[in-house]
Amino acid sequence: MTMTRASDAAAEPAATAAPPPDSPPSPMVRTRTRTRSPRTWVRGGGLSTLVFLAPMLFVFGFFSWSPIVQSVIMSLQKTNLLDAPTWVGLDNFANVLADPLLGTAVLNTLYFAALALVFGFPLPIIMAVLMSEVRRGKGFYSALAYLPVVVPPVVAVLLWKVFFDASPTGLFNTILGWVGIPAQPWLQSPATAMPSLVLEATWAAAGGSIIIYLAALLSVPPELYDAAEVDGASIWRKIWHVTLPQLRGILFIMLILQVIGTAQVFLEPFLFTSGGPNNATVTILLLIYRKAFQNSLGGDYGEATALSVMLAIVLALLSWLYFKLTERWSTS
Amino acid sequence: MTTTPPPVFEGVDAPHAAEGIRGVIGRRRADRRTDAQGDRGIVSGHDRKKRGVRAGLGGVHGVLFVGLVVAGLGPLLWLAKSAVTPTQDTLRQPLALWPNGIDWANLPQAWNDVHIDQFFWNTIVIAAGSWAFQLVVATTAGYALSVLRPRYAPILNGAVLATLFIPAVVLLVPLYLTIVNPPLPGDVSLLNNYLAVWLPAAANAFNILLVKRFFDALPREVFEAARTDGAGPFRLFWSIVLPMSKPILGVVSVFAIIAAWKDFLWPMLVLPDPAVQPLSVRLPAVQQSIELDVFLAALAISTLIPVALFLVFQGVFLRSAGLGGAVKG
Repeated sequence: MTMTRASDAAAEPAATAAPPPDSPPSPMVRTRTRTRSPRTWVRGGGLSTLVFLAPMLFVFGFFSWSPIVQSVIMSLQKTNLLDAPTWVGLDNFANVLADPLLGTAVLNTLYFAALALVFGFPLPIIMAVLMSEVRRGKGFYSALAYLPVVVPPVVAVLLWKVFFDASPTGLFNTILGWVGIPAQPWLQSPATAMPSLVLEATWAAAGGSIIIYLAALLSVPPELYDAAEVDGASIWRKIWHVTLPQLRGILFIMLILQVIGTAQVFLEPFLFTSGGPNNATVTILLLIYRKAFQNSLGGDYGEATALSVMLAIVLALLSWLYFKLTERWSTS
Repeated sequence: MTTTPPPVFEGVDAPHAAEGIRGVIGRRRADRRTDAQGDRGIVSGHDRKKRGVRAGLGGVHGVLFVGLVVAGLGPLLWLAKSAVTPTQDTLRQPLALWPNGIDWANLPQAWNDVHIDQFFWNTIVIAAGSWAFQLVVATTAGYALSVLRPRYAPILNGAVLATLFIPAVVLLVPLYLTIVNPPLPGDVSLLNNYLAVWLPAAANAFNILLVKRFFDALPREVFEAARTDGAGPFRLFWSIVLPMSKPILGVVSVFAIIAAWKDFLWPMLVLPDPAVQPLSVRLPAVQQSIELDVFLAALAISTLIPVALFLVFQGVFLRSAGLGGAVKG
């Protein structure tokens, strides 16, 4: 496919050799060329261009483009590794939607996303605003805030699992004991399991957001603060009427990124609770994993991809929105 | 969480990035310094003279210091202490400042008996391979699409960009089946082969976008001069474009290595043989079979390298992370 296109583009040595600075070759230059023999193509750099493109074409072809197409095909097939796949139409989608666990998984994922927003979205903003105002120790504070992000996520989860020890001598329960709060079951009870996961996820992710907000805060024009002061604005009013409106672009982008990320939460429910207790932490991704890989008789790949495709459509819309927004904000 | 799209890099433009990444972020701050007002934020110099504001800022300092030390450093210090504390002490008094006995043997036990040494090595091999493949694919593709610019470049560009909108989850099953049964002649499988981790990692559209944008903004005159002097496309790539692109190569490298070190689900699926698994996959698996103190020692050892790298290359890490903020809000 690319070969034919490459040879179409073949004989434009003039265009590839001397494009006007910072602009793609104009169509006029292209249509002027006539000779299209393989030799002129090679001499014009067509072959070496392909050599440079080869690594990308190879990895994207096999490990990105083709799996994307395959996932659509597989969602319409009954597939396991043993028998030849058969077409089943929309049966996989119907089965997925009829699965009683799907509703639980969707609600759990939404619950996780909502809790993560409540805990995890304002916290980095507040921290970044505070950190941007201290004059000394900013680097030290940034490093401390970023430290949890450096800890490998698996280590973080396993470590917090020890912290969440539900016995009265567990680490968090000991701290609660100091202030007279009774021991909590943390991961052991359906009511507290999900908030516990969110607590760890927030700890692990906040540092990255803080650093991004700190950089964004630098781009607020100082003249705006001066102008606000002329109007007699207090510190709080400056934050509310200058800082936050100036950050609205990055705030919205971070919001969308967080929603896209939390919709695909897997590591925490998988390692902390395996979806338990009583399915209280089964998320959509965990359900996909179970359908595909946790069946001793070979996975139901069709159903798993059907569910992935449904989730992907929702997330792709969000990413598209994200892309449109970043594009607008970066050109304005 | 590994599937979260990476932060935005719209603001990375080569003229500034050529001054080093610091140029990208520090630019506005530098601009501001030349401002008559000097370096200022929300709180004005006038505000800072007020007693209430000063007390408030002092309080902010206190809250930040205590909060960040407890939340950022606390868990790591606890892990370091517990790595050399006997299990019973950790279980009974997790917050005791000084354990009743110190069990240095935990560390060598984790290293040798739990074979952390080997999983450590596997992790390094996986990260190094992912890094190399990602760098090769991103730079060659970026060069072809940005500098060589064949006529079909926009189509390829679109095909690469489109994959950014496809969340990784949709690839999981078909990609796994590709690895189990790759489109190669004969009965081969890439399971338990590191290529199964390296190659999919290299199909990273974000890297290509990043590198291409950087190359787009490099001065064309330099390329023209090199071509006039008789440099072919390979020479131009190796001797002109790559040396001019160190800042962006650094960013791609940091992201590639961190992502490889953190990844869990994919290596768990395609590397079922414990002998080739990285730390992230082995640690949850060995948890059941070893004592808590040795396990905590294993966790501590696994955290050591990333934390040490961070402390040494702090600037690079924080600047890469903060690049997302270079988006014009």
